[in-house]
Amino acid sequence: MPKITLEDLLKLLSKYEIKELEGVKIEGDIEIEFESTQNMQAIGMELGMAAYHLARAAMMLGFPVQQLFAQEYGQLYQSQLQPQPQLKQKVEEVIKLIEKKFEPYREEWSGYVEEVQLGATQKEGGTRKYTIKLGGEKSLPFYIFDAPQPNLPSVSIDVFDRPVPLPKTVRVYYEDVMEHPDEWAKKVVKEFKADAVTIHLISTDPLLDDTPVHEAVKTVEDVLQAVKCPVIVGGSGNKEKDPVLLEKVAEVAEGERVLLASATLDTDWERVGKAAKEHGHCVLAWTQMDINSQRTLNRYLLKRVGLPRDSLVMDPTTAALGYGLDYAYSNMERARLAALKGDEDLAFPVSSGTTNAWGAREAWMKESPLEGDYSWGMREHRGPLWEILTGLTLSLAAVDIFMMMHPVSVATLKELMQTLGGRKDVEVECEDWITAEFS
Amino acid sequence: MKAKSPLEIYKLLPRTNCGECGFDTCMSFAANVLDRKAKVEDCKPLVEEAKKNKKAAEKLEKLKEITSPEIDEVVIGKNLKIGGEEVLYRHELTFFNPTAFFFDVSDTMDEKTIDERCSRVVEYKKFYVGKYLTLDGIAVRCSSNNPDRFAEVVKKVAGYGKPMILVTLDSECMEKALKEVAEENPLIYAATPDNWEEFFKLAEKYKVPVVVKSKDLDMLKSLASTFKSHKIPVVLDPVTEPAGKGLQKTFERVIQIRRTAILGQDRDINCPIMVTPIAAWTIEGDDVGKMYWETVIAGVFTVKYGDIMILHSLEPHTIMPLVTLRANIYTDPRTPVQVEPGLRAINNPDRNSPVLITTNFALTYYTVESDLQSSGASGWLLVLDTGGLGVEVSVAGGQFEPGKVKQLMEETKVAEKVDHRYLVIPGLAARLQGALEDELGWKVLVGPTDSGRLKAWLEQNWPPKDGVKVKG
Repeated sequence: MPKITLEDLLKLLSKYEIKELEGVKIEGDIEIEFESTQNMQAIGMELGMAAYHLARAAMMLGFPVQQLFAQEYGQLYQSQLQPQPQLKQKVEEVIKLIEKKFEPYREEWSGYVEEVQLGATQKEGGTRKYTIKLGGEKSLPFYIFDAPQPNLPSVSIDVFDRPVPLPKTVRVYYEDVMEHPDEWAKKVVKEFKADAVTIHLISTDPLLDDTPVHEAVKTVEDVLQAVKCPVIVGGSGNKEKDPVLLEKVAEVAEGERVLLASATLDTDWERVGKAAKEHGHCVLAWTQMDINSQRTLNRYLLKRVGLPRDSLVMDPTTAALGYGLDYAYSNMERARLAALKGDEDLAFPVSSGTTNAWGAREAWMKESPLEGDYSWGMREHRGPLWEILTGLTLSLAAVDIFMMMHPVSVATLKELMQTLGGRKDVEVECEDWITAEFS
Repeated sequence: MKAKSPLEIYKLLPRTNCGECGFDTCMSFAANVLDRKAKVEDCKPLVEEAKKNKKAAEKLEKLKEITSPEIDEVVIGKNLKIGGEEVLYRHELTFFNPTAFFFDVSDTMDEKTIDERCSRVVEYKKFYVGKYLTLDGIAVRCSSNNPDRFAEVVKKVAGYGKPMILVTLDSECMEKALKEVAEENPLIYAATPDNWEEFFKLAEKYKVPVVVKSKDLDMLKSLASTFKSHKIPVVLDPVTEPAGKGLQKTFERVIQIRRTAILGQDRDINCPIMVTPIAAWTIEGDDVGKMYWETVIAGVFTVKYGDIMILHSLEPHTIMPLVTLRANIYTDPRTPVQVEPGLRAINNPDRNSPVLITTNFALTYYTVESDLQSSGASGWLLVLDTGGLGVEVSVAGGQFEPGKVKQLMEETKVAEKVDHRYLVIPGLAARLQGALEDELGWKVLVGPTDSGRLKAWLEQNWPPKDGVKVKG
C-alpha cells in the first residue's frame, strides 16, 4: 500500500472541487481544528463530505475503507458509496412514461350528398325486385366515426348489346354470353353478384352496326325482363344519336327508374334531362375531369330542365391507374369536399367507369414491351388488381357506384367496401405476423 | 409548416441577395422554402453566422421552427425520408415523401430464399413517366427468437445496401442485431407498452429511429411523446388488423391520427404512420386470396396517410399496381406533367426513317419514346404541344388539330430531314387522318392505338408498300 501525505490528499480533494472547507482548517498531521462551535450541524455535514471524499480517495488508492465502517453502517454505507445504484436511479427517472390522452379532432360538415334511388319496385310503379340507393353521405367515404354512411357503394357490371373486344383475362368470363345481352345480364347478377346492370347500346354507333333506335331499345326491354335488379342504360358515345336513343329508352322503360347514361355538355343534355324528368328516371351527368364543367352541367339539368335533385348522378370521369388516376382522384375528392362544405351544385352521388382500368396496357399486356423493366408478372392477377386499385382509390374520394367488369375485382371491391363501411361485424383473430412463418 | 407567407421567412434571412443558395434573391429563396423546394439550411451565410453569433443562431432556430413540416420527417438508412407531410388532401399542396415499401425476410427462411427476396427488392424497376419506379427496403423479422441467428441474417441483409427495418419485440435480439448494423441507421420495430423502456435505451444508445406500437391511441400518444421528448425519431404503428371490424378500426385510427396531427395541431402524434399489410398473410385462407388482400390494404393506405409499409408478396403483379398507385398519389399536382414540344431523333434515324407524332403529355410521350427505343426501330418523333393532354382527350378537345401539326412540322423543318412524305399518327387520332392529309399534303398512316405495338406495326407497314416518294 503506498504512503500518502496530506498534500497528496489535498490534491485529490481538489479533484472533487473541495478547495476549502468552510470553517475547517486542516493542520499538520491530520489534526483538525474547529474555529467556531456555532452551527455544528453544518460543520458536521461538511466534515462528512470531506470524510466521504477522503474515503473515496483512499478507495481509489486501493484501501478498503468500507471495511472500517462495515459493522457500524452496514448496507447504508454501501448504498452511498457504490456508484452503480445511483446511476440506475437516474436512468429510471429519465424514462418515466409521459402519460397523455389522445383527443381526436372533430370535423363537422354542413352539407350532405343527395340520396338517389335506382330502380323501382312494383309498389313504386316499376317491376324491379329490389332497388339501390346511392349517396346520402354526411362525411368523407368510410369516415363512419364522423357520421353514419347510410349507403355503401354499389357495383354495376357492364353488358354490351354486341360482342366487344375485351382483354383475355376478362373475356373468358363472358365468351358464352356475348351474343345475348339478356343472358349476359343474367350471368352478371346471378354468378358475379352485381347490384345493378349497365347495358351499353354500342351497336347504335353509326360507325359500328348503326342499329336503329327503335330496334336498340328492344335490348333494353329484354334486359329489364331478364333481371330484376336496377338497370343503367348507356349509349354509344355518338353525340347526335345518343340523346335520341336515350329519349326512346326513357319511354320504353317508363316507371323503372333507370339511370340514363349520359348527358354531357357537348350533347343535347336538355333532351336527355327532359326525357328522364317526364318518365321518372335518373340522369348521369358526365364531364371530362373538370369540376367547373360538372357544376355547370348539374346546374343546367337542375335549373333549366327542372330535374329533381334526387334524380341526378354525376360522372366526373375515371382515368385508369397509371393513366391520370391522380387527376381523377383529386377531382372527385375536391367535388366531394365541396359538397360536404355546402356546395349544392356538387352534392350528388358519383359514378365511376372503373372498367376504364382495362385500357391501361399494364392491365392486359402479357409482358412489358420495354427491355429495362422487371417482369410484369401474371396478367391473370395483374389485370384484376389494376381494376381493384383504380376502384378503391376513387372510392376513398367519392364513388357511390362502380361500373366494372372482372368478377374477381367486383368481389374484392365489394368485400372492402363492406369492411371499411363497418358492415362486417366479425372480429378476426390472427396470429402475430412478426414471428409468423408463411409461404 | 407554420409559415404561411414568404415574408415571414424573408425577414429572418440575411437579406443580402448573395445568391449562394442558388436563387437570385432572398425573397425568391424564401418563396422556395415556403414551397418546400429549398431548405433554410441552404442559406450558407446564415448557417455559418449562426456558429459564431448567438443572434443568428436564434434566427436560424426560429426559421427551422416555422418551416418544419406538419408531420415529422424521419430518415431511415442513409437518406430514405418518410413523413414530412403538410396537408390532408393532395390538391391542397402536394404529398411529399412517397409511402416507403419494405418487404420482409425472416431469419427462419433458408439462405437461398433470403437472397432471392433481397435481390428482388434491389433489382425491381418499372419504367414510368421518364423514370424507374423502385422498392425501398427490407424488413428483417426475427422468427427464430435466437439473437445470434437474427444478428447473422440482419448482417447479411445489410450487405444488400437497402434501408432496413429490424423487427423483433425482444430487446436482447434487437441489441444483438443493432451491434452489427446500427451504423446503417435501421428503423427498429417496435416499442410496445411492455418493452418500451428497453427499446428506449436501445434507441438512445444506438441513435436509431424507432417505431412505437399500440392500438390504444392514448398509449400510442404517451409512447410517442416520451420518445420525442428525448429527440428520438418516432414512427407510429397503430396496429394493422387485416380483416373484419379490425380493419375498419385500423382505418379509423390512421385517419384520426393524421387528421388530429394536422388539423388538431397535436404535436405528440405528428409522426409518420406505419401500416403492415403483411398482416393479411395471417388470415385463414389460400395464398392467392391473401396476396390480393394484402395489395388491397396497401392500396387503401397508400392513398390515405400510410408513410411506410411492410409487405410480404414480392410478386411483380402485386408490386406493379402498388408502385404505380404510389407514383400517382405522390405526383405533384402543382407541376403540369408535360415535356418540351419539338422533334426527337430516336435510334439514329436517317432520311428513310418514319415520321411519327404524339402529344407532349409526359406519360404519353415517355411511353411512346421508350417503346420506340426498346423496339430498336429508328424514327423521327414529333411532339405536339397539347397543353399536357393525352391523344384521345386532345383530339376530342381540339388541342390536337391539323393546323397545329402543320405549324410544328414547319418549325422543326422535319420535311428537310426525310426523303418521304409519310406521317404516322396514333390510332386514337385516326379520325384526323383525312383532315391532316388535306392540311399537310402528306400521306397520313394510322398507327396502332397502343405504342407497345409499334414494333410489330412498323415491321408490317414500313416502308410503305406503295413506296410513294420514298427514295433508296
